Amino acid sequence: MRLITAIIKPFKLDEVKEALGKAGVAGMTVTEVKGFGRQKGHTELYRGSEYVVDFLPKIVIEILAEDSRADGIVKAISDAAKTGKIGDGKIFVQAVEDCIRIRTGERGEEAI
Amino acid sequence: MLRRFCWAATLSLLAVVLWVWDVSWAQDAKALEKSVGDLRVAVDTVWVMVTGFLVFWMHAGFAMLESGMCRAKNAVAILYKNFGVVAVSSIAFWIIGFALMFGDGNPLIGWKGYFLIGPDNSPAMGKAYEGIFSSLNWAGIPLYAKFFFQLVFAATAATIVSGCVAERIRFSTFMIFSFLLVAVIYPIQGHWVWGGGWLSALGFVDFAGSTVVHSVGGWAGLAGILVLGPRLGKYGPDGKMYPIPGHNMAMVTLGGFILWLGWFGFNPGSTLAAAPDDIARIAVTTNLSAASGVVASSLFSRIFFGKPDLSMSVNGALAGLVAITAPCANVTPLGAVIIGLGAGVLVCLSVPFLDRVKVDDPVGAVSVHLVCGIYGTLAVGLFASPTINKEVVGFFYGGGVSLLVKQLTGVVAVGALTFVLSYILWQLARPIVGLRVEPEAELAGLDLTEHGMEAYPEEALAR
Repeated sequence: MRLITAIIKPFKLDEVKEALGKAGVAGMTVTEVKGFGRQKGHTELYRGSEYVVDFLPKIVIEILAEDSRADGIVKAISDAAKTGKIGDGKIFVQAVEDCIRIRTGERGEEAI
Repeated sequence: MLRRFCWAATLSLLAVVLWVWDVSWAQDAKALEKSVGDLRVAVDTVWVMVTGFLVFWMHAGFAMLESGMCRAKNAVAILYKNFGVVAVSSIAFWIIGFALMFGDGNPLIGWKGYFLIGPDNSPAMGKAYEGIFSSLNWAGIPLYAKFFFQLVFAATAATIVSGCVAERIRFSTFMIFSFLLVAVIYPIQGHWVWGGGWLSALGFVDFAGSTVVHSVGGWAGLAGILVLGPRLGKYGPDGKMYPIPGHNMAMVTLGGFILWLGWFGFNPGSTLAAAPDDIARIAVTTNLSAASGVVASSLFSRIFFGKPDLSMSVNGALAGLVAITAPCANVTPLGAVIIGLGAGVLVCLSVPFLDRVKVDDPVGAVSVHLVCGIYGTLAVGLFASPTINKEVVGFFYGGGVSLLVKQLTGVVAVGALTFVLSYILWQLARPIVGLRVEPEAELAGLDLTEHGMEAYPEEALAR
């Protein structure tokens, strides 16, 4: 099993969600975060004084997938979230030890 | 001999005393009459000024309502537009708007009194009035009071537009449009209705401005929506509609309450006099229509949308208020309730309809101010009761359709003027000053891109 973590631009969420739906992904977890990479932040003026805002709003999507489907899901996210401009985001793929469904107690790939 | 002389002297003295007393009593009566007249002017003026202040306060209501109905990333932009429009309107109306609207001229337009300069002996009334603002000579208050009250009405019309174009308009373009709306477009149709122009001569009735203020704001805003286009993300490529929820229902509700309170200045204040029966009755009809609007829209959204929707409830109150604005002086409390119920239903029908035909109205301003403004204007022709004014009789009181036809004429004439001129201005804005912000700016939020600040900044300022 793989945990796919994608950090994307907030306005791309709907598009990515639809692409994942088409790729057969049944569930996901979404978090609002702030962060920066090479995109960096920007300078703002408040009542005449400058201040720097490093962090930009982003969205994190987490998806648990079977090993065989991971690549397809990564591609779906990548294609949907891409704008070609700086700040598009990153995707991490991690190996997962176990997964449990709380309601039934199922474990492993059945619980995905 | 002496006795006769004393009698004569005493009687003469008595006569003189009585005569002096009589003369001074007459002078006291005249002075008393003048004092009473002055006092009446003072009371009327205080009434008009205080109700004018209430109408001014409606801008806080609009600011809260509109920013609450939109997204957090655009809150500063919307608040700033609402704040700025008051300033811009104040100046535009002083320079030229009031003169075009209320200055002496012809049935189409006034042309005297720019910068409020010119002869005027207000508070003299009727035949005693001498000056260049004859259309207002029925009000026994100083000129500045008349001006201030009319100014806050003009500013209200302008601020309605900000809700329609929210989340995608350029700030400076909106400010320029507002100036021109209050300086030119609003005064022209206002002259027709309240400035002694052809619509008032026709017998068109719009007591406090369902047409003059609310439909004008609605038409100008609709023109803006059509030229601007919908917000990004509102409609998918296949035409599917995605609702964009507001970010703060508390602000929406606060805005609704402030506007409701402000309407108690808007409607009863339009008597321009502290006439006890009128102002009390008008406040009651105003309140009943708002209440009925809430009831109707809540029931409608409960039945047809599944659950009672707070934003529709607030829109319903405002719909009732807009709808009663024209008829408030001429309808009975029952008439007000019926009008308000109709408005509550209308607004619930209009909002989804506009969404379906791709007219993206972020706060429902077109549904509330334009649709219900027209409805309220026509409602005069249906519900005006002869028990209040024998000469203004609606259809349901046996007045036939003549008043209704006059109302329809006014609706169409004002609508055509306002929509066409506004549409032209918005279209001209595009090449000259720019109309819509860039897509990246719209996605990032206008607060950052137009104003360089956020309404809810976090770690940036949290030191």
